[in-house]
Amino acid sequence: MAHISVTVDGTSYQGEVEPRKLLVHWLREDIGRVGTVVGCDTSNCGACTVLLNGRSVKSCSVLAVQADGCEVTTIQGLADGNDWHPVQTAFKECHGLQCGYCTPGMVMAAVDLLSENPTPSESEIREGLEGNLCRCTGYHNIVKSVAYAADLMSAGPTKGAK
Amino acid sequence: MTAALETDTALGKPIRRKEDAHLLHGQTNWTDNIQLPGTVHMAILRSPMAHAKITKLDVSGALKQPGVVAAYGAKELGDLNGGVPCVWPVTDDIKMPAFPALAIDKVRQVGDCVAVVLATSVAAAVDALDSIVVSYDQLPAVTDMEAALESGSALVHDEIETNACYVYKMPCGDYEASRAKADVVVARRFINQRLIPTFMEPRSVVAAPMGMSDEITIWSSTQIPHVLRVLLALVTGIPENNLRVVAPDVGGGFGGKLQCYREEILVTNLAKKLGRPVKWTETRSENMVATHHGRDQIQDIEIAATKDGKILGLKVTLLANMGAYLQIITPGVPLLGMFMYPAIYKMDSYDFTCTGVFTNKTPTDAYRGAGRPESTYAIERIVDELAAEIGMEPMELRKKNWIKHEEFPFTTVAGLTYDTGNYEAATEKALAMFDYDGLRAEQAQRRAAGDPVQLGIGISTFTEMCGLAPSRTLGALKYVAGGWEHCTVRALPTGKIEVVTGTSPHGQGHETAWSQIASSILGVPVEDIEVIHSDTGRAPYGMDTYGSRSLAVGGQAIKAASERLVEKARVIAAHQLECSASDLEFVNGSFQVKGDPSKSQALGAVAFEAFTAHNLPPGVEPTLQAEATIDPEDFSYPHGTHLAALEVDTETGQVKLRKYVCVDDVGMQVNPMIVEGQVHGGVAQGIAQALFEGAEYDDDGNLLTASLADYLIPSAADLPSFETGSTVTPSTTHPLGTKGVGEAGAIASTPAIINGIVDALRHLGVTDVAMPASPQTVWRTIQAAKGGAK
Ligand code: FES
Ligand code: FES
Repeated sequence: MAHISVTVDGTSYQGEVEPRKLLVHWLREDIGRVGTVVGCDTSNCGACTVLLNGRSVKSCSVLAVQADGCEVTTIQGLADGNDWHPVQTAFKECHGLQCGYCTPGMVMAAVDLLSENPTPSESEIREGLEGNLCRCTGYHNIVKSVAYAADLMSAGPTKGAK
Repeated sequence: MTAALETDTALGKPIRRKEDAHLLHGQTNWTDNIQLPGTVHMAILRSPMAHAKITKLDVSGALKQPGVVAAYGAKELGDLNGGVPCVWPVTDDIKMPAFPALAIDKVRQVGDCVAVVLATSVAAAVDALDSIVVSYDQLPAVTDMEAALESGSALVHDEIETNACYVYKMPCGDYEASRAKADVVVARRFINQRLIPTFMEPRSVVAAPMGMSDEITIWSSTQIPHVLRVLLALVTGIPENNLRVVAPDVGGGFGGKLQCYREEILVTNLAKKLGRPVKWTETRSENMVATHHGRDQIQDIEIAATKDGKILGLKVTLLANMGAYLQIITPGVPLLGMFMYPAIYKMDSYDFTCTGVFTNKTPTDAYRGAGRPESTYAIERIVDELAAEIGMEPMELRKKNWIKHEEFPFTTVAGLTYDTGNYEAATEKALAMFDYDGLRAEQAQRRAAGDPVQLGIGISTFTEMCGLAPSRTLGALKYVAGGWEHCTVRALPTGKIEVVTGTSPHGQGHETAWSQIASSILGVPVEDIEVIHSDTGRAPYGMDTYGSRSLAVGGQAIKAASERLVEKARVIAAHQLECSASDLEFVNGSFQVKGDPSKSQALGAVAFEAFTAHNLPPGVEPTLQAEATIDPEDFSYPHGTHLAALEVDTETGQVKLRKYVCVDDVGMQVNPMIVEGQVHGGVAQGIAQALFEGAEYDDDGNLLTASLADYLIPSAADLPSFETGSTVTPSTTHPLGTKGVGEAGAIASTPAIINGIVDALRHLGVTDVAMPASPQTVWRTIQAAKGGAK
């Protein structure tokens, strides 16, 4: 067992973890942050994407011990309480989700993409989200959502989904 | 354009989804999120072999491992080792071998369950699997359908002495006579390859004895909580009224969660036996071998026509891969396609034969479209081949043979009566959106110039039958269940509305769309309506969600129940307003005395009166609710025209989908935004079959594409945006005018893509391309055609 201390969505958590435990399992099982989900066992689907010190990572490809001392942001901490981050607003407005299982990862990947490239073209969005699989939407509306989020974010902070 | 409803109600509007707030904030309730005190976790020892005798199985070592509570093989489990049910015995003499949850003496597919361990953590359960001693005596694997039917083949099930599960024939008219009359007969063999549904949320199930009663609650990531409850009761012997099945947030299904899986049976039985919650969540790698697969047919198709392009007859001979066992509707899937091979075309005769074949592979069952993608692929491909054979423009050939707008209702050669359709309108619109003539001109140019990158245009003018459906028809096909749907609508004393539906969404947006239907009738804002679903405790009656049935069938029940509620309320309101019920009109959620708008009572006020019951008219019972159970008259028949432009690099085999246009006619649209989303997702899955996906096995029956690293579902970078349009020809057999939409895209798009690739390469002698059309496959096809031409 190793001792770790990780800040998740603004709250600091300490605990003993098995060295082999993946960050996503620690989030889900040890501290009950079940908004982040698991879709595969080969690091292909991206459903588990979170921000680690501000950059997106697949939390199934990081050990919990590697997150020691880091800040993790999940879908649950992207906006305060019932507030909406522009990317969340855009996904609702553009119907960028159906079952919603890929959504936590897709949204976090989109947040990272837009922080790197605030005005992405369609093909930059498509390439940028290549590591996140969605089986429901055919990506059409996800791409629209990210483009719309870019508009919202360049227009300044927004309040609330329509 | 969209749902042209002359109404100021919520119906037909692209209202943003109610479902999204919790999904976008991670406030979700996936089954795997459920953590009950005292839970034991189940891990499964699965067969690494496709076909083998189990010569030794000893689970006792696992019991000594830390955290382990119990371990079982089939012998230890005894009577609790339930059998997986099949509810569709398609013929009287179908062979239906047993499918025990834990394999008894023999394994028949990679992924067969051999033993289970239950432990206090997932990790402890998985670790303890290593301590189970098992040995196998490998048997020859049956992997090829044609070889499986030869005498002397190894047998998947020794006791039935054959690998043929059933033979189903449906001769319609005299095909031989059509053939004799024909100037042209074109025959092709198409392979509709095996696919893996690959919904993003892996399956998960939790079962818990509830303590204060005999109830066992089962949370499962399923499309069919209601059907599952009945089947689990039958399989486990636990009284149905002690079972409550809940499908919480469910992350996609596409048919893959339309099942009563062995893991659901095991978890339920073990929760009862151990008297504590039992939980199991599959890994993706388990999912690839243990969740049912789809498609997997060899299709021998023959079409007979005159030289000027009149189709006379069609002959379809199928081998359909059942896999190792029959699951819920495994044998019936090809029959859902059987009626649709003639599709939109008029012809004199149609001859259908299907042989179901057992192999040592994962069982097949419903996957988005279930039978209709296979039939649509075959007919749309063979029509293109016929066009090439007689030198006719492929769209012209279609126009010549399709059912004309004015000919509806039309009874097809397969015996179905299509109520409505307008293939002309959808096609005209699609051709215009696509710039068909412009692209044909570019194609001619590139061909003349010998451009290494050739342009192909792929057409698919599809229809399908969906909205499963009339119970009588299903009964005639030997399907054991019905096809009705139920709804209860309640007006609560506080004015809020509950719509209790028997449909079970997993991404389709029922909460939003059903609210829109009820709102349009009750005049209550969409926000004040709560849709209750997917819990047999709260929504006790239903037939669940599959076969594009939820709106087509369930929507009618919502409409009928809402209307009945208004009629009950009208009687109460008339009593309160001291007038006769016929003097009242119901406008915007309020009963108004005709001619005196000052005298009115809102529905919410009526609901409160019905609650207090202080002043109800004689004979009227307290509470304001109404229910309806609807069994539709017929299936619904959506249709559409899909067009694809593809650039094919003849030097590398690389295919680029440049443009995809589709115009779908799904009848009246309750929420056009959701309709479009369903089309996008379906189209993407159909394109994926054409270009990317295929479950590959080796000769020993090992699944080679057993993870998301090997089974290629497309990413955003692999697909273009789609141009969608619609025409609205309302269904006449469904009171809302709606048809189904969930499967249409997946049914339509696959042949559009392959027709387009063949169209790009036909001048090189190419007449078919196998799916998935990877660069390697396309390149080899070009080389073979060149070699053949010389
Ligand atoms: S769970 Fe699939 S990439 Fe992490
Ligand atoms: S919305 Fe279902 S997987 Fe993306």
